[in-house]
Amino acid sequence: MLRFIARRLLQLIPILFGLSILLFVWLRQLPGGPGRALLGERATAEQIEAINEQLGLNDSIFVQYWRFLSRVLQFNFGTSIQTGRPVTTEFFQRFPGTVELTLFAIAFAIILGIPLGYLAARRHGGFLDSASVVASLLGVTIPVFFLAYLLRFGFAVELGWLPGSGRQDVRLDATHPTGFFVLDGVLTREYDAALDAFLHLVLPGIALGTIPLAIIVRITRASVLDVINEDYVRTAESKGLATSTIRRRHILRNAMLPVATTIGLQTGLLLSGAVLTETVFAFGGVGSFIADAIGQRDYAVLQGFILILAVVYVLVNLLVDISYGLIDPRVRVR
Amino acid sequence: MLATGLVAVLAASACAESDREEPTGDGDTPSGGTLIFGAAGDPKVLDPAFASDGETFRVLRQIYEGLLTTEPGSANLVPGLASDLPEVSEDGLTYTFPLREDVVFHDGTDFNAEAVCFNFDRWLNFSGTAQNPGVTPYWQDVFGGFADTPDTPNIYNSCEATDEFTAEITMNVVTSRFPAALSLPSFSISSPAALEEFEADNVTGSGDAPTYPEYAMEHPTGTGPFKLDNWDLANGAITIVRNDDYWGETAILDEIIFRTIPDGNTRKQELEAGEIDGYDLVAPGDYTDLEDNGFDVLPRDAFNILYLGMNQGAWEGAAAAGINPALADIRVRQAIAHAVDKESIVSSQLPDGAEAAIEFMPPTVDGWTEDVTVYDYDPERARQLLEDADAVGTTLKFYYPTDVSRPYMPDPGAIFEVISQNLQDAGFAIEPVALTWNPDYLEATANGLADIHLLGWTGDYNDAYNFIGTFFDAKAGGIGKLDFGGYNNEELFTAFAEADSEPDPAVRTGLYEALNAQIMDFLPAVPVSHSPPALVVADNVEGLVPSPLTSEDFSTVSLTS
Repeated sequence: MLRFIARRLLQLIPILFGLSILLFVWLRQLPGGPGRALLGERATAEQIEAINEQLGLNDSIFVQYWRFLSRVLQFNFGTSIQTGRPVTTEFFQRFPGTVELTLFAIAFAIILGIPLGYLAARRHGGFLDSASVVASLLGVTIPVFFLAYLLRFGFAVELGWLPGSGRQDVRLDATHPTGFFVLDGVLTREYDAALDAFLHLVLPGIALGTIPLAIIVRITRASVLDVINEDYVRTAESKGLATSTIRRRHILRNAMLPVATTIGLQTGLLLSGAVLTETVFAFGGVGSFIADAIGQRDYAVLQGFILILAVVYVLVNLLVDISYGLIDPRVRVR
Repeated sequence: MLATGLVAVLAASACAESDREEPTGDGDTPSGGTLIFGAAGDPKVLDPAFASDGETFRVLRQIYEGLLTTEPGSANLVPGLASDLPEVSEDGLTYTFPLREDVVFHDGTDFNAEAVCFNFDRWLNFSGTAQNPGVTPYWQDVFGGFADTPDTPNIYNSCEATDEFTAEITMNVVTSRFPAALSLPSFSISSPAALEEFEADNVTGSGDAPTYPEYAMEHPTGTGPFKLDNWDLANGAITIVRNDDYWGETAILDEIIFRTIPDGNTRKQELEAGEIDGYDLVAPGDYTDLEDNGFDVLPRDAFNILYLGMNQGAWEGAAAAGINPALADIRVRQAIAHAVDKESIVSSQLPDGAEAAIEFMPPTVDGWTEDVTVYDYDPERARQLLEDADAVGTTLKFYYPTDVSRPYMPDPGAIFEVISQNLQDAGFAIEPVALTWNPDYLEATANGLADIHLLGWTGDYNDAYNFIGTFFDAKAGGIGKLDFGGYNNEELFTAFAEADSEPDPAVRTGLYEALNAQIMDFLPAVPVSHSPPALVVADNVEGLVPSPLTSEDFSTVSLTS
């Protein structure tokens, strides 16, 4: 197992190296540059030239890449052109928000998705089955910004039950030792702040969770349908095992492997930042910041954030692989 | 692994303590409450010398003051930290500012003439990364270069404290930008003690991008009616609290929280949900809906211009870039001017209070005049002019941006549709080119690639040159902007130099009036409209006076129950 983990971590090196080259070349192909992006319609040609000169953008791309690489090896990704703060500071300030939002969205998708998918398969062809198929199609197709608008209109504006944007009520004066606002509230015993931060996760979490939810429902349903017709299930039934045991031990557990893969992939995706959801809910995570960085041609942020997120993505997938062994002992991790 | 995680959480728990402040509840000061204002973006930096964008300015205007400011609700220059407008020497080069004597900075140090000169000398002596045009754009725009850049001319010469409360500022040349530009937040006066203590000039990070020092991120120290309490970046909020030692009328509110909500729809819904008390950049389409729901929409007087730029293709390489040579003919440009139905754009595409423009500055700016050639909407005349120029059927590449809403141009696509139809009716053929705003569109128009394009400007301060000089005066290489084809109009450039260097304000205004007439005859672009941007507040918010320069002062704001 340890060798397996070590090997996977070593594979990160060529991945990151290749990605850094791709990113570097690709970003510099984008039209315009930080000078124009910084100054907007006020920029004059001389100012743009001066900015490019100062940022070293007039050097050859090889020189620029070498400078970048030698800094990255010291875990220094430069500073954000938008905020003037180090990229790593920006990342670790925003990443906890994205993690909290992802966890909520994935938990929402799992808690609803697996039972729904399971029930749909058990009542194959019935009303619940058709309804779940239609609902999951809707979940995948409805645009996030529209859903966000509807959710906020219903639950924040009309009913006033839930906060409609942000990560926490700005009046709370909450303490943030870790940046994970819910956890912070618990650790510092500011329970009102923890609850408030949690409530702020609900609407964006649901908006973000609908796509994983729809996918999990469909995968669970398909996977359970496969397993239900397996010989060992029939054997278990015929030898008189209790239905609950058959469902838990023989059907669900065997059906979970593809579902776990899906959950892992979706978690990785969501962790790399939900651009639209974070923007429309004014939720300060990594996604909305990356979107701004593209507009501002903030090369340092784009390179730094994407490289760090690639590491996160690989690590999440590693965890998924490890979880296979726990779900199904037949899968031996080599 | 689980055990490790648990230990980590427990360890964190052991050292995590609430640092909340308990309410003091002394009951002596009347409670003015908290106002939460929805901003479209985070402030970038809290040192005014490095600030240049509207969201940053909004916060800094409450914390800082400059020598001059603008009258609430207008663009007129009035004294700020100066006790009166400056006395100007006969040659127009020396400005003597009498200063207020009862002002202290937020750190308790005294404001005086030496503090003023300290700030001016600081700006002049910026070095290294601080000389980056992205870091100090307004200093470079208004004053020029720095002490150690002799190649870049500098209009500022020196500042002398002739007594404790009199600052004498000497310029190298006369320009209409000074002293009007002193109303910009970028030229606010900081506490010299705080600047030194928090190493305000230490802007580093030459390799990639600027890294700002502690002063600019955590310790802004001005003289304004509010002071910084907390900048919570993770939660997108900045809190400022009342300065009880303010020299003027103290603010009514206890604190203001500026909350960053980038999406316009979200800002509107958060106002409706009662989560915020007001916001800026209201979409014109929302005015009626918000008013019907009991909110107060506060339109500002228009201090901007939307124009249709026309490329005369005079720059080297214009022909190779496919620029239509027809626009070098004044009759074709006149045809375009007569073809555009400005009134229809104003009534169908712009908010109430917008007006058609007859020149390139709003009527509130000194130098605006009625005595210019006015090109009325007249498709017949346009067609006739085209026929005379033998240019019927000329194809124009019409550039417009897709993903942006500017105060002068809420919906560029819709405005493009109207003008495009107008031009086709007059006998032009249109080839639309839609690009994303920044940087693609701005880059393309600035490089002179569009035959005609939509663009505009919001004024920084009350100065004619800030409008027409920005557009039409000679730029690098002694020619006009490539946006308009890089024309070489010596007569126009000389007139600009004369007007800008005229010390007598009344004479200068006359020169700018003449310049406006000259520009409208030369017609490098078609002025389209002035459009009033608006703020909105909940009905319990009172005392917010909308400013044409978006320089609202929140110290007069109160919350009623």
